[in-house]
Amino acid sequence: MTTMQLNGRAVSVDAEPDTPLLWVIRDELGLTGTKFGCGIGMCGACTVHLNGRAIRSCITPLSAAEGSEITTIEGLDPAGQHPLQKAWIETQAPQCGYCQSGQIMQAATLLKDFPQPTDKDIDAVMNGSLCRCMAYRRIRAAIKLAAVEMSQGEQS
Amino acid sequence: MSKFERHDPDSEPFALSRRGFLIAATSAGVLFAFSRSGLAEEDAATAIANKQYDPNLWCSIDADGIVTVNIIRAEMGQHVGTALARILADELEADWNNVRINHVDSDPKWGTMVTGGSWSVWQSFTPLSKAGAAARTAMIGEAAKLLGVATAACTARNSVVSAGSKSISYADIVKRGSLNRSFSEDELKSMTVKPPDQRRLVGHETQAIDIPDKTDGKAIYGLDAKVEGMVHGRPKIPPTRNGSKVVSVDDSAAKKIKGYLSHVVLDDPSNTVPGWVMVFADSVHSAIRATDLVKVTWSNDDTASISEKDILDHGAKLIADASKGSMVFNDDGVDAAFSAADSVLEQTYTTASVLHFALEPINALAFEKDGIWEIHTGNQWQSLALPVLAKALGVDEKKIVMRTYRLGGGFGRRLNGDYTVPAALASKSIGKPVKMVCTRADDMLFDSFRSPSLQRVRMAFDKQGKVTAMQHDASAGWPTQVMVPSFMPKGLNGEPYDPFSISGADSWYTVGAQRVRAISNDMANRAFRPGWLRSVGPGWTNWASETFMDEAAHKVAMDPVAFRLSLLDGKGRNAGSAPNSVGGALRQAAVLKRLKEKVGSDTSLPKDSGIGFATTFGQERDMPTWVACAAQVQVDRETGRVRLQKLTLVVDAGTVVHPDGALAQVEGGSLWGASMALHEGSEFVNGQIKDTNLNTYTPLRMGDVPELDIEFIESTQTAVGLGEPATTVVGPAIGNAIFAAVGARLRHIPIRPADVLAALKQATPPAQA
Repeated sequence: MTTMQLNGRAVSVDAEPDTPLLWVIRDELGLTGTKFGCGIGMCGACTVHLNGRAIRSCITPLSAAEGSEITTIEGLDPAGQHPLQKAWIETQAPQCGYCQSGQIMQAATLLKDFPQPTDKDIDAVMNGSLCRCMAYRRIRAAIKLAAVEMSQGEQS
Repeated sequence: MSKFERHDPDSEPFALSRRGFLIAATSAGVLFAFSRSGLAEEDAATAIANKQYDPNLWCSIDADGIVTVNIIRAEMGQHVGTALARILADELEADWNNVRINHVDSDPKWGTMVTGGSWSVWQSFTPLSKAGAAARTAMIGEAAKLLGVATAACTARNSVVSAGSKSISYADIVKRGSLNRSFSEDELKSMTVKPPDQRRLVGHETQAIDIPDKTDGKAIYGLDAKVEGMVHGRPKIPPTRNGSKVVSVDDSAAKKIKGYLSHVVLDDPSNTVPGWVMVFADSVHSAIRATDLVKVTWSNDDTASISEKDILDHGAKLIADASKGSMVFNDDGVDAAFSAADSVLEQTYTTASVLHFALEPINALAFEKDGIWEIHTGNQWQSLALPVLAKALGVDEKKIVMRTYRLGGGFGRRLNGDYTVPAALASKSIGKPVKMVCTRADDMLFDSFRSPSLQRVRMAFDKQGKVTAMQHDASAGWPTQVMVPSFMPKGLNGEPYDPFSISGADSWYTVGAQRVRAISNDMANRAFRPGWLRSVGPGWTNWASETFMDEAAHKVAMDPVAFRLSLLDGKGRNAGSAPNSVGGALRQAAVLKRLKEKVGSDTSLPKDSGIGFATTFGQERDMPTWVACAAQVQVDRETGRVRLQKLTLVVDAGTVVHPDGALAQVEGGSLWGASMALHEGSEFVNGQIKDTNLNTYTPLRMGDVPELDIEFIESTQTAVGLGEPATTVVGPAIGNAIFAAVGARLRHIPIRPADVLAALKQATPPAQA
């Protein structure tokens, strides 16, 4: 039995400890916003937060989550109104949308590390998140937009 | 693909023939429906009650004034529901805030269901406009009765009908009225739609309806489909697409995986998935693990030893044989012009296999419930999948319904619904619902990828350097021949051809006597299943023809843009015609001229940098989207690495319905073109595709994105497609830019650094203007 906090609530899962966290989140815990893309940690569609850090849940075993806090796209903001989510709508970033949960979760930790990211910062961090529709230009714009909102929020 | 249903190029994009329009009050509100043949004269309420409608396009208004527009097209990132609903709502004068969209299932009543070819807006614009106008007319008529005023005194706006100081909302018309009205075919045809300057939604900015759910994890894709009691399945993909048979299966190692249930060798009367074994488990994860441990022995046919080079060599042999192929253009005097030519330029171009790599690996949920087979998945061409499923399952098509989820990428992969068949067969074999999820590697190995192509282009010149004849021969695997041969039109020599695999070669350039020959590569068709991949043929034909145009310009010592403009004269068959190609080649010339203006003639580019140009008509002659692209690159002479710095595009797509959505399609499409030219490309090796994941298959990522400058020409001409056109023009612009930068001519995509280095060795210094 593995216990952890998922989006702020305690959960315990009876699955093999080497089961990838992705499938635990999707199939055992029923949150399907986190997606399966490549299975080798190279597309970013499965990105969630483990103790506040972005990880690839498709290559993270359940055992690594024992006692930790997991946040998925469903838990990023209770009302879906995180500045990144608002910016994603404002810039109309998603096309097919399949990668976007992972993009947003990755961008959320990017903004923690680089509150005012340069293009190079964005390239370096977001290069691991593939968007097959190639909505990259808007993803970049959305990250910058959210950064502005978050910095203004801190100042006020 | 209703190419075959429409196809008089001079006809309206969507024939309204033999259809009337019915409007009637029902318990659910007011329904608006197209009627079947000859039924429009009948009582609308009776016809609707008896479901005598053919409503592949209809909407309803309920007592709260909510307008629901039914959408047959799949949502795969193009925000198609938003665009289509706005066409109808604009004419209906509906309040956009009260408009909802509903993606429908595959019930035959909806008619042909396909989402591809960049056709959705083009095919739907006229019928949706007319339907909206008829609906508005009916609402005004009913409002006039309820208000006790003359119809002529009424105007509709924002879901309210007003006449002087009196007004009534659509909701109240539905609640208080008793609409029962029909429009005959002729009435509908003569229904006037609003002039462009009266449009309040079409051409105006809006946010796409599907987007918010894609930011918080709520959007439901095929991967997320579930039903009570389902088991999970993963296939063992055989070593060849068509020629493998299962000899034996050993699951002893899989038995130690917790959750492993069983396996089955699929018996497939439709022959869609020969040699497949499905492995069952109680979770996706257990199915993935167990399948890794199931050992299958196959016997294979000779396709197990076919590789990419064999296919290209075969293509070259076919092209060398003048008796092969189908003549799409074959003007009098081609051979004579080449014989009489002062000089001839001939080049061969190739393109490698390209994978779809939709980020959502293919999957499907299948089960039988109350005698009906349900298939839950993301799919682009339900009408193609249904008969195949019927054959596979041995049931009537009417006993199968497909429920379409959001698509985690389409790009043409999901036009081919082959992946629904193994899920259905697996469910049938074990009598339980089966959710099949492919891993990335399974998805890649089972991809109906873009065929490698080989093309030969020739041009004849007279003494003055004037073009007197041109011939374009293209050989590739043909998806349409393999999957839906009945859809192939006949060429001028009576031979059928895959229109999607030659489109683009039938250009709008005036080049004297012209021949376009489409050649099916039968070896490719046998060795794998060629697929429709974003733009299909124009992705390779324009690589050849637009690279060639640059080479021809240099041969006659002309500026590449000026050379193209001299051939885009809009004469003869290139004059264009109403409604789809008004202006013809002159509109292609216009986008190219505008592009040249935008790019200017900056001579201050850094060393080893250059700008290359290309122009295409998008997807097909019958629906031209005029596109021109300038690519700026910098080439590293030491490593051969090409850095794409900027793409500038000018697009004339006629009327643009959803401007921001249109821009997104051109952004994504142009980056797809860049990705295929510089970052993608695979190789078919011994019966299988070589790349199975992102460790070796490397689509363009954030850090590779160039500066993008995209401009649309303002136009009120027929709305044409935008999903694919931008992909067709970027590759040759990049190749031509490399030539402009360092004089190296590339004739194969993808362009790898080693290819650039090899071409540099043969480079001539670029001609300085």
